[in-house]
Amino acid sequence: MGQTETTNKNDILMDIVNVTLRFGGVKALSDVSFNIQRGEIRAIIGPNGAGKSSMLNVINGFYTPQEGEIWFEGKLRPRLKPHQIAYQRIARTFQNIALFEGMTVLDNMMTGRMIYMKSGLLSQLAWWGKAEREETENRLIVEKIIDFLEIPAIRKTPVGMLPYGLQKRVELGRALAAEPMLLLLDEPMAGMNNEEKEDMCRFILDVNEELGTTIALIEHDMGVVMDLADRVVVIDHGEKIADGQPDEVRNDQNVIDAYLGVSH
Amino acid sequence: MTTAVSYTIPELLDRNAEKYGDQIANREKEFGIWQSWTWKEVQNKVEEIALGYLALGIKEGDHIAVLGRNRPKLYWSMVAAQRIGAVPVPIYQDAVGDEIGYVLGHCEAVLAIAGDQEQVDKILEQQDKCKSLKQIIYLDPRGLRNYDHSRLHSFASLHDAVDENRKRYEKEMKARQEKVSPEKICVILYTSGTTGNPKGVVLSHTNIISASRDSSEFDSLSQKETVLAYLPMAWVGDFIFSIGQAYWNGFCVNCPESPQTMMHDLREIGPSYFFAPPRVFESLLTTCMIRIEDAGKIKRSMFQYFMKHARKVGVPIMTGEKISLAESLIYRIGEIFVYGPLRNVLGLSRVRVGYTAGEAIGPEIFDFYRSIGINLKQLYGQTEASVFITSQPDGEVEADSVGVPGQGVELRIDDRGEIFYRSPGTFIEYYKNPEATKSTKDKDGWVATGDAGYIDESNGHLKIIDRAKDVGKMANGKLFAPKYVENKLKFFPDILETVVFGNNREFCTAMVNIDLVSVGNWAERNNVVYSSYQELAGHPEVYKIIQNYVRQVNEDLARDEKLSGCIVKRFLVLHKELDADDGELTRTRKVRRGVIEDKYNDLVTALYDGSKEIHTTSEVTYEDGRKGFISATLKILDV
Repeated sequence: MGQTETTNKNDILMDIVNVTLRFGGVKALSDVSFNIQRGEIRAIIGPNGAGKSSMLNVINGFYTPQEGEIWFEGKLRPRLKPHQIAYQRIARTFQNIALFEGMTVLDNMMTGRMIYMKSGLLSQLAWWGKAEREETENRLIVEKIIDFLEIPAIRKTPVGMLPYGLQKRVELGRALAAEPMLLLLDEPMAGMNNEEKEDMCRFILDVNEELGTTIALIEHDMGVVMDLADRVVVIDHGEKIADGQPDEVRNDQNVIDAYLGVSH
Repeated sequence: MTTAVSYTIPELLDRNAEKYGDQIANREKEFGIWQSWTWKEVQNKVEEIALGYLALGIKEGDHIAVLGRNRPKLYWSMVAAQRIGAVPVPIYQDAVGDEIGYVLGHCEAVLAIAGDQEQVDKILEQQDKCKSLKQIIYLDPRGLRNYDHSRLHSFASLHDAVDENRKRYEKEMKARQEKVSPEKICVILYTSGTTGNPKGVVLSHTNIISASRDSSEFDSLSQKETVLAYLPMAWVGDFIFSIGQAYWNGFCVNCPESPQTMMHDLREIGPSYFFAPPRVFESLLTTCMIRIEDAGKIKRSMFQYFMKHARKVGVPIMTGEKISLAESLIYRIGEIFVYGPLRNVLGLSRVRVGYTAGEAIGPEIFDFYRSIGINLKQLYGQTEASVFITSQPDGEVEADSVGVPGQGVELRIDDRGEIFYRSPGTFIEYYKNPEATKSTKDKDGWVATGDAGYIDESNGHLKIIDRAKDVGKMANGKLFAPKYVENKLKFFPDILETVVFGNNREFCTAMVNIDLVSVGNWAERNNVVYSSYQELAGHPEVYKIIQNYVRQVNEDLARDEKLSGCIVKRFLVLHKELDADDGELTRTRKVRRGVIEDKYNDLVTALYDGSKEIHTTSEVTYEDGRKGFISATLKILDV
C-alpha cells in the first residue's frame, strides 16, 4: 500500500508514552508506549485478554491511565469529561454492534453528526432557520458516506432488520459521519464470513486512501491484519512485546511464542 | 411507406432545447435526492463533452465504447459522440472481460467511457485485444487515484477545460455537426444472440428516429411521459426508449440511484410508460407473492379472494367487454383494497402504456398484470429492426399474440413458417460481417427473423410459435415446442428458469433452476435448514414441490391436442443457476439451448437412460472472469 508516500512520515497524530492502567489490583496495561502516525493504518493485536480493548479505551479517553501520558495532535491530553470525549474527533466502532436497532440506517448515521449540530431546542422543534439549514448540510455529508459505503438501498431500513455484515458497515458509517481525525475499529471483522470480510477490508482501505482518515484497529484475523496494516503493535499480558511492519512482527520470536504459547 | 425523417439525434436535442428548454430532460437520484437537468442544460452538457472529445483528438467515424449502468452522463456521452460525427458503441456493463475485449477489438474503439473502477479494470485487462484504444474516461473516480493517468481521464476533466476548448474547437464542432445527416450511422449495438460471437448491428439516425416516431404515434406518447431507464444501455430497447423516443417526444428519462434501489426509485418516479422483459415481471410477481405468503391471515384471504375475481373479470374489463353489474361492483371494491395498493407497491400506478418483449411471457403472468388494471401489452421486435416489428394496439391484447405490424412495417411468412419483415427501422448491416448481413437481409431489404409464426386470419395479429430452430418433432411425430412448456413451468414463482429437452426423442425431460428468493422464503417458513444454493436445490422436499408443479403443467398439456407430446416425464433440479457469465444465457437472459445441451451432456444422457442420480462437475465463471469448478450429485425424479 502507498501508506507513507502521501503522508508525512514523521507527523505523529497520537503518542502514547509509558501508559499503565490498573483496575484495582489488576494491571491491564503496564508501561506501554507507541505512536500513531497521520494517515496510517495501525493495528493492535494480541491474544485474548491481552489488553487490546483497554488500550483502545485509553486512546479515546474513556479510561484515564494511572501513569503515563497521551499526546494527541501535539498536545498533552488532560483527564476528559464524558462530553469532551465525544468532541475530540476520535470516533470508534464496537466489538459488539452498538447501533439503535429501531432506527433507520440514515437516522443512525445522523447521530454521528450530533456533535456538529448547534441549533437551539426551539429552532429544532420548529425545524426552521438554523435547524433546517444544519440538517440539510449534515444530511448531505451522511448521504455521501452512504454512497461511499454502497448502502443506498437500505437507507430507510431499520438497522435491526439488517444482516450482521451490513450492520457492521452501518456502524462504520456512523463513525465516519463524525468526520474523525482518528478512527478506532474494535474487531471490525469479528463474526463475518469471508465475503463480508473482503468487503469490509476494501472499505477500510478506501476510507484510509480516499478520505485520508487515520485508523487504529484491533483484529484477530492475522491474514487481515497483515494485509491491511502499515504498522502493527503486539500486546500480551498488558505489555508491548513487539512493534513494527507486519513482516517484522510476524517473524518476531516473542510474538510467535505469545500466540502459540510457551511455558513461562 | 411513411415519410422519411429529416432529423438526427443531435438535431432533435437542439430542437428540444428550443421547444422545451425549461422542461426536465433527465433526472438521476444522487445522495438520496433526485437531481434534474432541463433540455437546455442537457444541450449544454452534451456540447461540453463533444468539445472535450475534440480536444482528445476524436475523428469523424471513430467509435466510442460506453460501459456502465444507466446514468445521464453516459447518455450525454453517446449524443456528444454523434454530435461530432463519431459513433457510440454501448457495451453490456455486466459482460465479462473476454466479451468486452471482443467487442472493443471488433469495433476498433479509440475511446472508452467507463462508469467506474470495475469497468476501467475490465477494459485495461483487455487492452491488448484492442490496439486502437487510446484513451479511457471514467465517471466515478473512486479507487482510481493510484492508476496511471497518462491515458485515463476523469469525466470532470472534460468540463474543466471547457472555456479553453470552446475557444479552440467550437468552430470545428459546428462544422462536424453540419456534416451529420440522417442516413449516417447513429449507433452500433452488439447483440449477444443465442449462438456464436456477438454481431454489431449498425443503425442509422433514420432507423432510430423513424422507429421512434412511428411507435410514439402508435401509443400516442407525448412530451408528458415519464420513464425509468434501468435496462442495460447496450440493449436496443433502452436506446430506443431512453434516447430515440425520449428525444423525439421530449419526455423525461429518470435514472435510478443504483441497481439495488431500482424498486424504490420505480415507486418514487411512477413512470407513465414502462418497458420490461418478462424476467422483470416474473421477479416482481415473485416478490409480491412472497410478501403475501408472509402477510396476516385476513390480508392473505382478502388478496386471494379479489385476485380470484380479477382473474375472472379483470382481463375482460381491460379489453372493454361488458360484465354484469355485480361483478363490476366487486371489482371496484377490489380496486380500493387490493388492485390499487398492489399497483402502487409495484410502482406501476401511473403506467398508461406498459410493454413486455424480448421473449415470450407466460400467459398467466401476463394476465395477472392486466387483471389488476395495468395496460400491459406485448410487442415483437429485434435489434435489427430498431425494436418494433409488431405491437398490440390498446383493446386488442391477447396473451398469445404479439399484435399487428407497426406503421411502415411489412410482414411476410415463408412456406416454412419463418417470419420476414421490412421496415424503415431495418438496420444497415452487421459491422464488418458481410456474410451474416447477406444471409439475414436480402437485396430488397427483407430481414429473416429466425422465428416461426403465423398470422391469425381473424384479426391480423401475428402469433409466434417459437424460435424456428427450436421447434421440432418428438420421435412419435408430435409437435415439440420447448419454450411453451418452459413458460408454463416458469409461472410458478419457485421456478426461476428451466430448459426442456425432447427433440427427436421418445419423451420430454426438464432441467429446473429454483428461485432462491422464493424457495428460500418457503424454507424459512417451514424450518428447512440449508447452507447453500446447491444444498437447497437438492433438498428432497424441494424436489417434491417441483414434481408437483411439473404434474400440474402436464395435466394442462395433456388437455391440449397439439401439445400433448410435450408432457415432461423426468426432471432434475440443477445445482447452479444458469448464468450469462458461463455462456448459458445471453446478456438479455435468453436460454442458449445448444450450449446447455453440450455443457450438461452427462445430465441430458442421465435424464434419458433411466438412472436415479448422477454425479457431475461443471465449470463456473466468477464475475471477475476467474474460473472454478463445482460438483454435485443430482437426483432425477420421474413424474
